[in-house]
Amino acid sequence: MTDATGRTQAAALPWWERGKRIDPRYLIAFLITLVLVVAQLRYHVVGGYDRLALALIACLATEALLSWFDRGTIVNLQSAYISGISLTLLVKPQGLALWPFALGGFLAIASKYVLRYRNNHLWNPTNFAIVTLLLASPDRVSVLSHQWGNDLATNLVIWAFGLVIATRVRVLHLTLSYVASFVVLNSLRAFALGQPILPELAPITGPMYQLFVFFMITDPRTIVRDRRWQVVVVVIIALVESLIRFASDQGWLLPTAFNAAPPLVALFLVGPVAKWIDLRRQPAGAQKQAAGNR
Amino acid sequence: MPNRPSPKARRAIIAVPFFAAIGLAVRLDRGPIRAPADAAHPGFALTDATAAAGIRFVHHRPSFDPKISNIEPHVAALGAGVSVADFDDDGWPDLYFTNSRFGEPNALYRNRHDGTFEEVAASAGLADVNRAGEGVSMGSVWGDFDNDGREDVLVYRYGYLALFRNVDGRHFQDVTQSAGLRRWVNSNGAMWFDYDRDGLLDLYVGAYFRSEIDLWNLTTTQIMHDSFEFADNGGKNILFHNLGNGKFEDVTDQLGVGSTRWTLAVASADFNEDGWPDIYLANDYGPEELYLNDHGKRFTLVNAGLSKESKSGMSVALGDVMNRGRLDVYVTNISERGYLFQNNNLRLNRMTDGGRFVNVAEGEVADAGWAWGAQFGDLNNDGSNELFVANGFISGDRNTSYWYAMSKVAGANRRLFEDAKTWPAFGNASLSGYERSRVYLNRGVAGWVDVAKAVGANDEYDGRAVALADLSNRGAVDVIVANQNQPAVLYRTRPDSMNHWIAFHLEGTRSNRSAIGAEVVVESGDFRQRRVIDGGMGFASQNDRRLHFGLGRREWVDRVVIHWPSGSEQVIAAPLVDRFHDITEPRR
Repeated sequence: MTDATGRTQAAALPWWERGKRIDPRYLIAFLITLVLVVAQLRYHVVGGYDRLALALIACLATEALLSWFDRGTIVNLQSAYISGISLTLLVKPQGLALWPFALGGFLAIASKYVLRYRNNHLWNPTNFAIVTLLLASPDRVSVLSHQWGNDLATNLVIWAFGLVIATRVRVLHLTLSYVASFVVLNSLRAFALGQPILPELAPITGPMYQLFVFFMITDPRTIVRDRRWQVVVVVIIALVESLIRFASDQGWLLPTAFNAAPPLVALFLVGPVAKWIDLRRQPAGAQKQAAGNR
Repeated sequence: MPNRPSPKARRAIIAVPFFAAIGLAVRLDRGPIRAPADAAHPGFALTDATAAAGIRFVHHRPSFDPKISNIEPHVAALGAGVSVADFDDDGWPDLYFTNSRFGEPNALYRNRHDGTFEEVAASAGLADVNRAGEGVSMGSVWGDFDNDGREDVLVYRYGYLALFRNVDGRHFQDVTQSAGLRRWVNSNGAMWFDYDRDGLLDLYVGAYFRSEIDLWNLTTTQIMHDSFEFADNGGKNILFHNLGNGKFEDVTDQLGVGSTRWTLAVASADFNEDGWPDIYLANDYGPEELYLNDHGKRFTLVNAGLSKESKSGMSVALGDVMNRGRLDVYVTNISERGYLFQNNNLRLNRMTDGGRFVNVAEGEVADAGWAWGAQFGDLNNDGSNELFVANGFISGDRNTSYWYAMSKVAGANRRLFEDAKTWPAFGNASLSGYERSRVYLNRGVAGWVDVAKAVGANDEYDGRAVALADLSNRGAVDVIVANQNQPAVLYRTRPDSMNHWIAFHLEGTRSNRSAIGAEVVVESGDFRQRRVIDGGMGFASQNDRRLHFGLGRREWVDRVVIHWPSGSEQVIAAPLVDRFHDITEPRR
């Protein structure tokens, strides 16, 4: 089937059918852009367009440069775009500091080229950059917490779009598994500690979690292959997060990043291990083919 | 690419800047790579003279309805206020501290002219103001509302407002009822100003919790803010117009100044230099607000670049930051490592040439921890304003922080935290406790640097209100800090003795007699600095009514321009330096 024929056929289809043919990766880019626009127009969440510009430039330029250097060609920059937007939304620096966006953008993309196993990167780039910044620079960098208006309507818009797109991209099972695990595990934790349940469930309604469940744990490059194992890994991430929260409840001495961003740290710890095990179990030929496809 | 390195070599090459970037992040966490120039010699020192001055005031926080006992430390974390007033008109500034527990007295310290004070609140009738059914004090503002030459005082409370008329310079009479001010307002800030330039001080009262809430007898626990960023379910601020017969009338709606954001601090100055005093609000859980005065007939809420940065405004300090002859604004906010950097705002006034304020806070001045009261003052008399910032929210158990608990609800949907019962129990935790006050040295275009340790401001109290006053009439601005649930602190300032200064005590005739709202510009060569007599400024505080200017090595002043609240302007040529000047407003 030629391109010309394909275009002709697509043009004859109704809009909802044409929508199904859109590359799923563009839907993720659309969703993160939607989140950015809504959050900025309604809550001025970006905190300065210089931050956005710098994070995007750092991500896009690093991706272009490193892919050219490493592979001899410039790869699709969509992933870098998503990382740049995510960093802009999630990183909240001290004062007017811009360096966290430049360094964060570089670290996110460069991690894909440095921290690799069998031609695959192990960390979600944005997750790696944010957690690294929180661990390395806790006096200068914090993470998005409440800068989102605490508004139900905004939450519903993002959750609605997020769920539709997650379905379309076939990662809905990851999002729902995590949410269900979070609710069950944190209810159990609250019960075990004799605390009210509502404050323990409250974080899932916040903006950091929206970005987390739609853009980080669903990253197709860093999740394991088998759908059942994907669910298992997500449950383990939720479990580790609950353990971190339990430790925080007990007042154990942890780096501030653990207390301020438990889900991000849990993914940072569990994700690469799961991916590494998955890659080890993968036949060598399949790895080369997979790497070639990327 | 010809002669490409092997994949391993390529990866190793990329790894070099990658790990260098991580190292750079670790290094930048410690501060700027180039250290600030010469912060070790700020040109002044602070000495804790609290005990020597005989000030033994200890603030006590309130207790509320047990229904909100889970977060009582949080809700009861305000009320330590201090204001400066020469209540006995002897030419020496006195101090009034507010207390916040039923039965605990407020304290009025009369200046004995020898560096010490005597506590006279009980005999003056200003001690027993924290009573069940009436409320507890959150702060006070002084002003001569009846123009009889004696400073009167309004005590704002979580409870009923209380206006005390200064009868004879020694005794005060509660005139709240007859003045028409007996209103229940959960207030953390108020100010006197003359918005309509009729020569009578009007009163603007900020409200925090909704005014129908009685924190001791709650009918609901749905009392908290409905957003951490854009809350507008607080109490409604009130503007009272002084009718001149000892009575006030509520003109809030008529003038359009009834903000329902969670106002913590109010201040007034003529920001756009149109001759009419404007209102600047610092709101908790929301953006700052600027109300421009339209000829005393109406106020207009303007954007002015303020609405895009919603934070947790705690205090409004006005001062001429760059000696441009304009009043700039410093608003404190919350910063806690790893959790939240709301960053303080240092807003340069560009109202006359751009219709807006421009936030230039970066580096140290942006992060003063959980910052509360702040004031501009030339502590070293070098001709530039320093900044004193009190901070620290709740100092409980040093090893237990409430930050993690608060982070659970802070990002959540509003319905979860609007109900106080939903909040995790506070217990004896700390929340940004044990923070050290910041003293920022003004280095002009080189920015601000914290010199607190070098000058001797080392206390770790939970600072709330800061007031500045030359307590010994010696040409040095001292610092008084009211600390929450803790002792007050008085810092004596020793400025560089080679620097000169000049100070003014103004008395209005056509303007209100306290001259509140008068703006004074001192000019000496290329030096030009503006100050305003405040009717309440900072957080729960009010400064000395006299205006003090440091001059550095300048031995003369070319002229002084006084913009009186009445709208008239007075020019004084070449006043002598290193002395106080008493100036009465020309009657015509």
